[in-house]
Amino acid sequence: MTSTGSHVTAPPSNKGGAAPRHQNSDGANTARNAKRRSRLYRWDMKYSPYGFIAPFFLFFLAFGLFPLLYTGYASLHQVELTAPTDMNWVGLRNYSRLLEDDFFWNALKVTLILGIMSTVPQLLMALGLAHLLNYRLRGSTFFRVAMLTPYATSVAAATLVFAMLFGRDYGMINWFLGFFGVDHIDWAAGTWSSRIGVSVIVIWRWTGYNTLIYLAAMQAIPKDLYESAAIDGASRWKQFLHVTIPSLRPTILFTVVVSSIGAMQLFGEPLLFNPGGGANGGAEHQFQTIGLYLYEQGWTNQHLGRGAAIAWVMFILLVVIGLLSTLISRRLAKTH
Amino acid sequence: MRSYRTTRRAAAIAVTAALAAGLLAGCASDDGDDSAKDTGGDSSGKTTLNVGLFGVFGYQEAGLYAEYEKLHPNIKIKQTTVERNENYYPALLTHLSAGSGLSDIQGIEIANIAEITSTQADKFMDLSKVEGASKDNFFPWKAAQGSTKDGKLIGLGTDIGPMALCYRKDLFEAAGLPTDRDKVAELWKGDWKKWVDAGNQYKAKAPKGTAWTDGAAGVFNAAISSSATRYVDDSGNYIYKDNPDVRAAFDLAADAAANGLTAKTGEPFTEPWNQAIANGKFATISCPAWMLGTLKDKGGDKAKGKWDIAVPPKGGNWGGSFLGVPEAGKNKEEAAKLAAWLTAPEQQAKLFAKQGSFPSSPQAAAMPEIKTAKNDYFPEVPYGEIFSATAADIPVQVIGAKDQTVQENFVRSGLLLVEQGKQDKDGAWDAAIKAIDNALDQ
Repeated sequence: MTSTGSHVTAPPSNKGGAAPRHQNSDGANTARNAKRRSRLYRWDMKYSPYGFIAPFFLFFLAFGLFPLLYTGYASLHQVELTAPTDMNWVGLRNYSRLLEDDFFWNALKVTLILGIMSTVPQLLMALGLAHLLNYRLRGSTFFRVAMLTPYATSVAAATLVFAMLFGRDYGMINWFLGFFGVDHIDWAAGTWSSRIGVSVIVIWRWTGYNTLIYLAAMQAIPKDLYESAAIDGASRWKQFLHVTIPSLRPTILFTVVVSSIGAMQLFGEPLLFNPGGGANGGAEHQFQTIGLYLYEQGWTNQHLGRGAAIAWVMFILLVVIGLLSTLISRRLAKTH
Repeated sequence: MRSYRTTRRAAAIAVTAALAAGLLAGCASDDGDDSAKDTGGDSSGKTTLNVGLFGVFGYQEAGLYAEYEKLHPNIKIKQTTVERNENYYPALLTHLSAGSGLSDIQGIEIANIAEITSTQADKFMDLSKVEGASKDNFFPWKAAQGSTKDGKLIGLGTDIGPMALCYRKDLFEAAGLPTDRDKVAELWKGDWKKWVDAGNQYKAKAPKGTAWTDGAAGVFNAAISSSATRYVDDSGNYIYKDNPDVRAAFDLAADAAANGLTAKTGEPFTEPWNQAIANGKFATISCPAWMLGTLKDKGGDKAKGKWDIAVPPKGGNWGGSFLGVPEAGKNKEEAAKLAAWLTAPEQQAKLFAKQGSFPSSPQAAAMPEIKTAKNDYFPEVPYGEIFSATAADIPVQVIGAKDQTVQENFVRSGLLLVEQGKQDKDGAWDAAIKAIDNALDQ
């Protein structure tokens, strides 16, 4: 309010010499001032919100939309990393060739497998942990903060540590398994062992994040639901199944969508998990995700156009996931 | 009760703050990459020259930067190194096309020099006119590799990679093989295949947990380095599928891996490879001269004095690099002077004496101290004599713009499959060719 006040008083004080006139047309002036004030107020209400969100959209325009469209433009060309500005029009060839590109289909399959292997256990564990944290616990703040620490570490740091743990000759996991007579496992070389390795990193990083989201949603469930369930003789497990889970449905959908998008873009973990450091995802391409294949085409093989087409396919798949989730959440809302 | 709660809350806030601070610090350390920005003079009026390299060039280790700084008190040299060229090179290309993020001097690997001279020529300074630099300072083939079609010299040769074979005397003795370097050389004289055969002999009595050589990648690199033509012919056409030399090298490496002669280190310059060197897991390694610096760097005191060097089955060249000065650098003139000085014959001779990187300069190679060079990491080894002899046997190689892509895929999409027991050599060859075809197709 004070700021609007100063706006209104400002003009008269600027024109200090107009004092006599001010006396004469006092009534008219106040009316005009009031009118102006209400107009400013209306503008403020109407346009200020746009001003406040503008920075986000400006940044989105520069670092989100523009690159997106430019990538789309590049994907219709043959472009090489050695000369990114020389573009040769090739139409949809970069897309059509993906249909017969075994490496692309492999990457798609791997992305799906890794997505399931990392998302399902992660969300189940998060649900269980959130349930436990929802009890009255000593030092609950400590546990909640601790849950979030993996999320706060960088992908690179976490992956490098895990790559060491999963090391063939000197890794801690093989050392530990050695006590049970298990021979050294070449984690990164094996088809499934490497996928387990990558999934473990993802699970480790994201379980805590989803736990806190579930916990927040659980705390919003009215206590009387549990009380009446308890009066009806429901055990804690039954309460979890029949009160907690149904109330969490929208939250679960949200985490599933967010995790699927994350899984689709999986990149840093499989890149750094590879002891060779390459983007091929192991000798058999057994953990080469779409993100990695995109990077391999664009930067290792230096074909930016081909990489851009893969990026756009990835984008379209993400849009499909988004549409599916909207459909499902609408149906959920209806059945509620 | 109340005070207990407040302390608890305070503790929680403190923990959160500490985590946040750690996180921010983690992010902040990334800024170190942006080396182009902090060139210019610092408060003391010195000019900082950034040198961006990959692997181990050895300038720092041999004390050459310190020497140059002493000669030029107004210059400060800062080196950043990326372990693997495979990660270094795409970043270099991106920086070149953006015209920012570049160091004042950039290292260029021999596998990339043909691509740099053919596509990035205008982004690098012509160094032929710089004081102290001259095409005549280098072997003619080396100077030709660093020059563009119109005769600009944009890459000054740092070293070349004449081959030898390094072997562990202690492991050879334990396995009942000769340890005298002349007798060792007799084991495999004339044919790389004999080297692999000697491996079978070693395997019969090998100390537990050790293998004959590092990996299939090393065997392949060694064998292919003796060929004049490899992946492209004289006119630049791809011949990697049909060149019998390539197939022979591939089969040799695949056989070595299938017979369990390798320590399964995967690709060179990776963590498992470094660990295998540090822990003495293999008895021989194909040893271009620059490998001596790497063996010293990764082997540490534990392996000091244990390596010896023998004449290889055939002369060959593996690696050797170039220094270029990007046009976008802020201190081009000073950087060019430093690059010229670092690659001048005198400095190349010093580098050989300290690190083992063999001179790419005939004047340096002819210096008497090259032949008599001794290195206390390899005591008693007349490595100057050995490498001088093998350097004379190097075939003039035809290099292609995409040599790195081809070679890398032969290893990582082919030979590793054999080493990991997933494919036989024919299956691995097909997988490698498929990956290479896909990688080269624009």
